[in-house]
Amino acid sequence: MSRQSNRTTDSKKMNAELFTLTYGALVTQLCKDYENDEEVNKQLDKMGYNIGVRLIEDFLARSSVGRCQDFRETADVIAKVAFKMYLGIAPSVTNWSPAGDEFSLILESNPLVDFVELPDNHTSLVYSNLLCGVLRGALEMVQMAVDVKFSQDTLRGDNVTEIRMKFIKRMEENLPAGDE
Amino acid sequence: MGTRIYNVFIVSKSGGLIYDYDHSSSSGTIHSLEVEKTFGYPLDIRLATENRKIVVEFGARDGIATGHVLASMNGVPVEGMSEEKIQEFIGKEANYPLSLKFGRPRLSTNEKIVLASMFYPFYALAVQLSPEIGSSGIKELETDTFKLYCCQTLTGVKFIVVAEPKTSGSTGIESLLDKIYELYADYALKNPFYSLEMPIRADLFDTHLGVAIDQIERTGFI
Repeated sequence: MSRQSNRTTDSKKMNAELFTLTYGALVTQLCKDYENDEEVNKQLDKMGYNIGVRLIEDFLARSSVGRCQDFRETADVIAKVAFKMYLGIAPSVTNWSPAGDEFSLILESNPLVDFVELPDNHTSLVYSNLLCGVLRGALEMVQMAVDVKFSQDTLRGDNVTEIRMKFIKRMEENLPAGDE
Repeated sequence: MGTRIYNVFIVSKSGGLIYDYDHSSSSGTIHSLEVEKTFGYPLDIRLATENRKIVVEFGARDGIATGHVLASMNGVPVEGMSEEKIQEFIGKEANYPLSLKFGRPRLSTNEKIVLASMFYPFYALAVQLSPEIGSSGIKELETDTFKLYCCQTLTGVKFIVVAEPKTSGSTGIESLLDKIYELYADYALKNPFYSLEMPIRADLFDTHLGVAIDQIERTGFI
């Protein structure tokens, strides 16, 4: 077959609005299905995790990124390569802890919340919590246990959206042979 | 011109075979050639029973080699027949002239699973044996008749391609391995009904893999 036929597996560019709306529909449905926001947050995180453990393979297959030797490198790859690839934005990396095991991703704009205003009765809903799950799941597959949470959110009146990432440990027991 | 590809295997992080693709069966290349020949009585090759198969023990001729297994008698596949019955049939003079078809034995699914789980510790062993730290494990394994290429992802999945050994020129196997990873990410992992670490049963994956392999065989690159 011709070269053209292989194009089908190339990642397709698509309209971000469709993605935003689909995500909105998902969150709305979860809010209907579950009584409280905490439960919705938990479900979003779980879904995100399941997406992350699969998405990492797509990421590694398409980008020629090797194994990260330290957390700073990981931060760079996430912000400059991964976010760019899947959400079309490049968050900035700041607020490093002195030990270098914690940093923040600052999102000037978050494509997930483009048309969203939080109603008053959803004060504890972390609308974009799916992202935390995705990051956690993906990093777990490359043997890094990381704690991910939103510490600022424009939806809740903050100036920027901030995702805080905390490195917990390297999961040595899961390390594939030949990657010590 | 590219290299002839024989098999593709995918081994999961925990060492289980989650996918195998026998390229010779789909394209009918010489590699799995079967030979049919009409014999007179008495049979001039020696047959033996091995692992519930009738195997040529001694007496190679006309493309039938020691180790080949009996595939059919007078055009009827022997699969499912008991060995005693076959031996008895072959032993009777009244049944001759008899047309027998022999071929290279195919690996059964079970045997493939066993081989895949054997490769797993072998790979780990190679890492341990390395005189330098930071060995990558087995990337290529070469024999007279085939060359095995292995690529392990950062997440621990192994992609294995068995191909014809080629002494010169680009084989394109590197790019095939990358391509298989991409197809795996697309057609296995993005399928919501696929659960991780389980065997991949996806027609779309098969189709695209087939196309990629054909292209590598013909042109040498993707």
